Amino acid sequence: MPRLPALLIATALLTAALPARSDDWLEFRGPGGASRVKEGSLPVELSAADVRWSADLPGRGLSGVLVVGDRAFVTTSDGPTQDRLHLVCLSTSTGKILWDRQVWATGRTMCHSKTSVAAPTPCSDGKHVYAIFSSNDLVCFDLDGNLQWLRGITYDYPNVSNSLGMASSLLVTADTVIVPVENDSESYSLGIDAATGVNRWRLDRPKGANWTSPVILAPGLVALQSKTGIEAIRATDGSTAWSYTDGADTVSSSALADGILYVPSNGITALTLDPADPAKQPTQAWRENTLSPATASCVVAGDALYTINGAGVLTAGDRATGKRRWQLRIEGPYSGTPVTDGKHLWAVNEAGLVRVVELGEKEGKVVATLDLGDEILCSPAAADGALYVRSNTKLHKIGR
Amino acid sequence: MVFHRRFPAALGAVAFLLALPGGGVAVASPVTDALPAIRGVDHEGKGNAAAAKAWGVIAAAEASALPDILAGMDGANPIAANWLRAAVDAVVTKAGGSAKLPVDSLVRFLADTKHDPRARRLAFDLVRGADAARADKLLDGMVEDPSVELRRDAVAKVIARADALKTGEKKEEALAAYQKAFSASRNVEQIQALATTIRELGGTVDLTGHFGFLRRWQIVGPFDNTEGKGFAAVYPPEETLDLSAALDGKEGKVLWQPVETGDEYGVVNVNLSYPPPAPPADAKPADSDSKEGLKGVIAYAVTEFVSAEDRPAEIRLGSKNAWKIWLNGSPVFEREEYHRGMEIDQYRMPVTLRKGPNTILIKVCQDEQRRPWTTEWEFQLRVCDEVGTAIHPLGGPDSAAK
Repeated sequence: MPRLPALLIATALLTAALPARSDDWLEFRGPGGASRVKEGSLPVELSAADVRWSADLPGRGLSGVLVVGDRAFVTTSDGPTQDRLHLVCLSTSTGKILWDRQVWATGRTMCHSKTSVAAPTPCSDGKHVYAIFSSNDLVCFDLDGNLQWLRGITYDYPNVSNSLGMASSLLVTADTVIVPVENDSESYSLGIDAATGVNRWRLDRPKGANWTSPVILAPGLVALQSKTGIEAIRATDGSTAWSYTDGADTVSSSALADGILYVPSNGITALTLDPADPAKQPTQAWRENTLSPATASCVVAGDALYTINGAGVLTAGDRATGKRRWQLRIEGPYSGTPVTDGKHLWAVNEAGLVRVVELGEKEGKVVATLDLGDEILCSPAAADGALYVRSNTKLHKIGR
Repeated sequence: MVFHRRFPAALGAVAFLLALPGGGVAVASPVTDALPAIRGVDHEGKGNAAAAKAWGVIAAAEASALPDILAGMDGANPIAANWLRAAVDAVVTKAGGSAKLPVDSLVRFLADTKHDPRARRLAFDLVRGADAARADKLLDGMVEDPSVELRRDAVAKVIARADALKTGEKKEEALAAYQKAFSASRNVEQIQALATTIRELGGTVDLTGHFGFLRRWQIVGPFDNTEGKGFAAVYPPEETLDLSAALDGKEGKVLWQPVETGDEYGVVNVNLSYPPPAPPADAKPADSDSKEGLKGVIAYAVTEFVSAEDRPAEIRLGSKNAWKIWLNGSPVFEREEYHRGMEIDQYRMPVTLRKGPNTILIKVCQDEQRRPWTTEWEFQLRVCDEVGTAIHPLGGPDSAAK
């Protein structure tokens, strides 16, 4: 056997990704889409010194960041027509770009000026990263940047597109990548074999622009949200387990916490899943129309849930009843969904102000503010004691 | 995006093996052996498994293989091209960055305009990463390049020189340089900025002619689109084009009538042809409905495009309404989306024009939403080549703005 040069072996060891950890951030809004982190895991006092690094990104975007082990992943787009699509891998310790893989858009890149071709948040199973763009180009790389497969969903189905831009994020469960590409025309959600990139199933979905993201209800069971409500879909075959048909928002997404799905429907509607079998029809726990979220989705932790409305007002609701507890104006607008540990909430507005809100039983209070001086439209990721937020030009790590 | 024709992937792979575009012949290597598997990918993940194995071979190649990898994009479908695009990144990273790339062979690849335009642009970017000055010099010969992006950068250099002349108070020379840039540019934003500058300097531009927007149409309507059902309905113009016939419209008989847009971007405002009834005298001044056009309606517009030859072309459309297009009676594409936005070249549709008269028919649908952003009922359409250079019709309706 030929001897490998020692330098090559050392390089391989240094660049090989560490395995995923339990507190990794593997999807849009983290586990269950609840934007929930372990209590005490994020810094409450913030100053400029807490910005550990700010890395230049090769292109623009507003997709969220993934953190897998010691690596952060983010998508961007650049070029005169934003048709150069990047998946970028950075070191979480230094912010250095470890690799950058590009493909060209095979679908349309037209979108509203506020959004971006790199709008949907990728997802990971801890070994691979699955990323999609507004052009509906879908790629799968391993953590070291080796291409596993790719698809052009609009290349396959030419009327899958939205002239305002697509934004629904991906999920992976039961070895199936859930790919919502719902729009006014050829409206689908697909279940794609995570290993090969081939369709397991393709569902006709309600025709209508839809920017919401799915939620994993249980391993192999996902909630698809649309203007008609919620469909619980089995990931392996695309069959419907149950339906909720009272309508739902097409911008802010549902969140799951402790077996309850909080749906932006008629305000917020709480659906209690059957703990023995989440595939059974859930029961409605409560409905509260004063909890209407705007663009940001609701977040859930402790005994409360939180929404931010279009006027930048943070509202706390009782998780058991939905009744409003208190409100606090925290100067929006907010495109990104905050994260919370139940004691505090970290919210980043579009102007780049990071606010830490202390969450009391009867009131909320801003206890720290950090100005990133950068337009932030993404939902922050939280992992390993730090927040990760990105702008059109940079990725910032805030915290440990 | 461009709506791609489906063609047998195996056929493309065979053709690739026989002769590389550009006249070269591929020398067998692990990379060239692996290319057919990559080029065999197609719709819905077909060929992914074989391509994944081949990708590992290509991504492990030395940087000297980059021209072969780039040449593998010639004639490849966009999915195959993307497999190769990602492999190029891996090869460059493995090589240790741009400084260690085979610049001379990449420059030779770039010089051959028969290669895939995006592959050539990628070659240019690699050269630029290794030797920015050399790449910048290459742009001087690319003002008429078939790669839209290379042409854009070359035109940007002409604009920079024109800016310097303008700053130096050499107005006439600056204007000539801006005109040269305008003539060469195929990038919408660049063209629009140049038009503004040229006009500020007292020059003239023909935006309609430069893009090739079609201004003169025959139009008929309104037909019924209540609840959006008219999009799928087949009205008489879809069956027979008789411009002298009286047709059954939404509110009675309707006739074809000529329409000629004066908009320099070729926007045909259908609302002007079919204005809503005047509001009643006692209508509230604030009634926003009174400002809107007709709702739940459809119009058809047709034009004759006389082509000098049988040739490939693109029909490019912008519209925020649902629409269908036919060329010579055959459906080209359709899209059922309302009021999500409109831009020049929003939809690119490859077609084949036949020598002589060609009939372009468009169905433009208006929905029933009554919001401030749902009033528009319009489209803009041009015929051009794949680079975006206008193809003008012979004899018939010219595209010159009045």
